[in-house]
Amino acid sequence: MLDVLIPSSGAGKAILAAILLGAGCGLLGCFVVLRRVALMGDAISHAVLPGVVAGLIYSPDRSPIFIFLCAAAAGLVGAGLVRALMATTRLKSDAALGIILASFFALGIVWQSRNQQETVGVMNFLFGNVGSIDSSDLRMMMMTTSLLCVMVFFLKRPLLVVSFDEGFARGLGYPVKILNGVFYFMLTFSVVVALQAVGVVLVSAILITPAAAAYLLTDRFEKMLLLSMGFGIFAGIVGGVISAGISQIPTGPVITLAASAIFGVVYFVAPRHGVLAKLLRTSKRRRIVMRENTLKAIYQIQEAEGFAYEDVSVIMLAQKRRQTEEAVRKRCASLLKHGLVEFSEDGISLHLTSPGWKRAMELVRNHRLWELYLTNEADYAEDHVHDDAEKIEHILGPNMVRQLEQELDFPELDPHGKPIPQPQLAMQGLEPFSTP
Amino acid sequence: MMDYLTLPWDVLGIGAFWLILMAFLVALPCSQVGSFLILRRMALTGDAISHSVFPGVVVAFYFTGDLASPWLIVGAGLAGLISTVLIELIHKRTRVKQDAAIGISFTSLFALGVVLLETMLGKNVDLDLECVLHGRLGLLLEDETLPLLGQMVPQPIIVMTGVSLVTIVLMALFYRVLLLSSFDTGLAASYGYRPALIHYGMMFAVSFIVVAAFQAVGAILVIALLILPGAAAYLCSHRLKTMLALAALHCLLSAVGGLYIHVWFDTNMAASVVVCGAVLLLLAWLLGPVDGLLWKWFKDEPEHPDNETGDKIVTHSACSH
Repeated sequence: MLDVLIPSSGAGKAILAAILLGAGCGLLGCFVVLRRVALMGDAISHAVLPGVVAGLIYSPDRSPIFIFLCAAAAGLVGAGLVRALMATTRLKSDAALGIILASFFALGIVWQSRNQQETVGVMNFLFGNVGSIDSSDLRMMMMTTSLLCVMVFFLKRPLLVVSFDEGFARGLGYPVKILNGVFYFMLTFSVVVALQAVGVVLVSAILITPAAAAYLLTDRFEKMLLLSMGFGIFAGIVGGVISAGISQIPTGPVITLAASAIFGVVYFVAPRHGVLAKLLRTSKRRRIVMRENTLKAIYQIQEAEGFAYEDVSVIMLAQKRRQTEEAVRKRCASLLKHGLVEFSEDGISLHLTSPGWKRAMELVRNHRLWELYLTNEADYAEDHVHDDAEKIEHILGPNMVRQLEQELDFPELDPHGKPIPQPQLAMQGLEPFSTP
Repeated sequence: MMDYLTLPWDVLGIGAFWLILMAFLVALPCSQVGSFLILRRMALTGDAISHSVFPGVVVAFYFTGDLASPWLIVGAGLAGLISTVLIELIHKRTRVKQDAAIGISFTSLFALGVVLLETMLGKNVDLDLECVLHGRLGLLLEDETLPLLGQMVPQPIIVMTGVSLVTIVLMALFYRVLLLSSFDTGLAASYGYRPALIHYGMMFAVSFIVVAAFQAVGAILVIALLILPGAAAYLCSHRLKTMLALAALHCLLSAVGGLYIHVWFDTNMAASVVVCGAVLLLLAWLLGPVDGLLWKWFKDEPEHPDNETGDKIVTHSACSH
């Protein structure tokens, strides 16, 4: 039945194999990345080597099913030993994975070097060669990939819960041990299937990279599964096509580089978790903080003068902020753009507009409220509260402020004895400058 | 029985001694840095570096055309550093965790190395994939020899002696810094030892040693030399100095045992050394004075009491929700 789907040309087979792989590993990779066991795939892919060698030696007709089962058995033993090492010794996961990976691989090589006649095909498994995949291999890949899709479809929710919080999953009544077993079983299967196409080292790439790229793009698990599958298939197609076109280059590395290129692009441009988006967010935040600090400085100068004069000169502001005049002028220009200040006609001084007053008072109030809160409720020393308040004044929202005021019983003075401004009253016509 | 014990010497003569010495000299520097990698929980960074040095070696080989050139070590060191920087860039700047970051960066660099190898160098060089896998340790006796102290010493042995000495001297010089920063980065930083500097210095040292060992045992078995001795020693001791000494002992024993396996069963020498090392680790796991399973059974107490109670607490709190 499946034979209808198998293309006759070698290149067609290679590309179909790459697509199947991308889909299967992309799906499973999401769980791998979320569970933080990304390198388990690497360990399993190396640990299957003795199994592959045994399969090649003991199967008279090199039946792929037999080799597959031997390899999967070796992989499962490896995965089991990793867990056993971690459970019974002080060794951490990294050391346990490394030990199993290297020991099993060496065992495989020792065995292989003893039986070199029977194990010629082992190089295909180690470095991956899509060209060596024939119809029977493809049939098996189709079966495992569809099995994988079906299992992920039905077990998506329990597997997801176990990935995030095993204790919670146990509380919900899920059979955690069985689910973990199923997961490692599926992981081993898909690693073994991928081996022939991409080789021992690069199995991890096709397992991890598409899923990690998808993880940066979305916060929804269904979307992540689809995206990761899509990236996997895309990398598979690119790898299959390029290495079919240029016969020199093996498939595995091309698939890997395609997946890495996808990850590289996503790393920079992902809308929320990308590096560029984060940089933009931080710099925007920093500009707001600088603007608001200047605004606050204007208020503080006015306060020090008892609100006697309406205007504050740029020079005074520069002295207060301990910045150069140019830097302060730049900040003031940005304040002007946001309609928070207005310059006098000669341009050497400026005064706050009504929205500017409101924001400045809010900031000073936030700062002083927070200082009071820290000294009264959290038992901070008076001289230790300023730095903390300096940060939080930009973030406190109206609800939080209301809560703080209630908690502190609507205070009027901060711990240093300065009055806490009341913007809501001031805005009702009680501004200091309402009477010129 | 005696025949079996003397077999290597009968077959290889003085060659048996050179093979043991070479295997020991390759494993020794790996075991010493590897012990620190285990303590710092960076064993898999060692794995990543051993794969990532590959493009550096290929590029350096492309320009020099000589496998013995020191530029290969420079290229490899740089490639190793690039992989460390990539790992940091990925897991510090995004929410992708460290294990996935390691996986992404070393596979990318390794793939790049393979593609460069196939396109830039073509097939007719002896820097082939076979060497990545098996290493050339078994071919030691066919290498050029140099006269030294009245003996004809194979050239790689002289090189590896140098590498081992440099490593041990560096280890001795920076012992305190490494000890402190491996157990308590914060305290080390407060003494003025810069964590980033130590991290990258260590990674450069690992790349350097990996490249030196690369030709002898191949890229994948290097991981074994990095991790197995340290891990086995870690299971046997709570003291760092003892651990380092035990790791060196592990290297010596596995070099000797590896030679016997190699001669008795006619297997690949490098892999035999590693298999012997794995057997020693298994013994440490079962019989080790600190973490041995056997003693724990005798003592008849739960192996990790914290773990078990921890599990129970989680279960209860999950139920109560």
